[in-house]
Amino acid sequence: MNLNATLFAQLIVFFILAWVTMQFVWPPIVKALDERAQKIADGLAAADKAKTDLAHAEKKAVDELKKARESAAELRVGAEKQGTQIVEEARAEAARIVAAAREAAEAEAGVAAQRAREALREQVATLAVAGAEKILRKEINAQAHADLLAQLKSEL
Amino acid sequence: MSNLTEAAANAAEHAEAAAAHGPSAGEYIVHHLTHFNTTGHAQTSIIDFSVINVDTLVWSIATGLLTILILALATRRATSGVPGRFQGFIELLVEMVADQAKGIIHSEESRKYVAPMALTVFVWVFLMNAMDFFPVDLIPAIWQGVSGDHHAYMRVVPTADLNATLGMSLGVLLLCLYYNIKIKGAGGWIHELFTAPFGSHPVLYPVNFAMQLIEFAAKTISHGMRLFGNMYAGELVFMLIALMGAAWGASGATGPLLFLGHVLAGSVWAIFHILIVVLQAFIFMMLALVYIGQAHEGH
Repeated sequence: MNLNATLFAQLIVFFILAWVTMQFVWPPIVKALDERAQKIADGLAAADKAKTDLAHAEKKAVDELKKARESAAELRVGAEKQGTQIVEEARAEAARIVAAAREAAEAEAGVAAQRAREALREQVATLAVAGAEKILRKEINAQAHADLLAQLKSEL
Repeated sequence: MSNLTEAAANAAEHAEAAAAHGPSAGEYIVHHLTHFNTTGHAQTSIIDFSVINVDTLVWSIATGLLTILILALATRRATSGVPGRFQGFIELLVEMVADQAKGIIHSEESRKYVAPMALTVFVWVFLMNAMDFFPVDLIPAIWQGVSGDHHAYMRVVPTADLNATLGMSLGVLLLCLYYNIKIKGAGGWIHELFTAPFGSHPVLYPVNFAMQLIEFAAKTISHGMRLFGNMYAGELVFMLIALMGAAWGASGATGPLLFLGHVLAGSVWAIFHILIVVLQAFIFMMLALVYIGQAHEGH
């Protein structure tokens, strides 16, 4: 362990190396580190924002869905009501038509019966005359007994 | 290594071995601990500033250039994007040093110089210490072959040379003085030299001043000596281990046992030395930061 001028040479080398590092090595590395730290911070902030946005969008979607469901329910109620109303109207109309038909049928039946009765009445007179002819075995003057026959006709 | 009771065949082999490993154990150690300097022989006086250790300078400048090369490589690739493994490793170092500097030195302006200085010192001292991992005889043997002088001196661990470590600790001392004057002003610093640590009283001025001088000297010398002592001792142990392997041809079971001892002890010491190498580099850097930090604080 002898001391000599190596001491001073090493001293100079020490300062040169430190100066080179300070000038050319340290600043770019530290700059890159700082920039990366900034990038990471930005990235994290963006991720946070995206998370908030997502939560917001989800809430909005849920609200929309709820609104849609409500309006659908409303529509269904309206449709049901309308349907019921249409059915009621149809039923009333049908009842009305049936009643009218029945009335018409009854009227027609009444007329037919009347007509049949008329026809029958006509035939009864003839039959009665024929019967009477046969009973009496004698030709009866229809004209002479017209009043009698008319009376009989109205009695039927 | 001479063995007179050997059989003839063994004796012949031993003569050969003795020729190859000519020097005795003591001579081997002394030879390995002698610097390749400008005089061509071992320095005789303790202090002689006309002499320069060429090996220390060459290896410390080589490792210094390697330091710059490694760091410059990382600088060239520095991006704020995703870092590779090498990039990540260097950034890890930079962040570690930056954090330590931030904790110790509170002046941002000073950190602009001191933090890069600490990084350089850490990597550089680590690389210089790591020269210990080359087999103790490898580089000296290559140098002896290249130079043609089979007796040439070559020491490869610059930090096992007191000149190198004291040179660096002197650098740190100069930085301390610089920051003392820069932060406190010349007047303020001189005032502190005479009034701290015991207080401002004319009677205490000489005592304070003496204390301050001792403090600066002790800091600087212990700073350099600590690194030197660790690395010198480490190198010496490697040499002693190498001596065991050199005696592998010894008679009976001694030779193979010594060889085995070399393998075992060499592995264990090398593995342990990894810790010492990193730790001493880290301690040297931390102390540099602490001393410069102290220069920023008034008493």
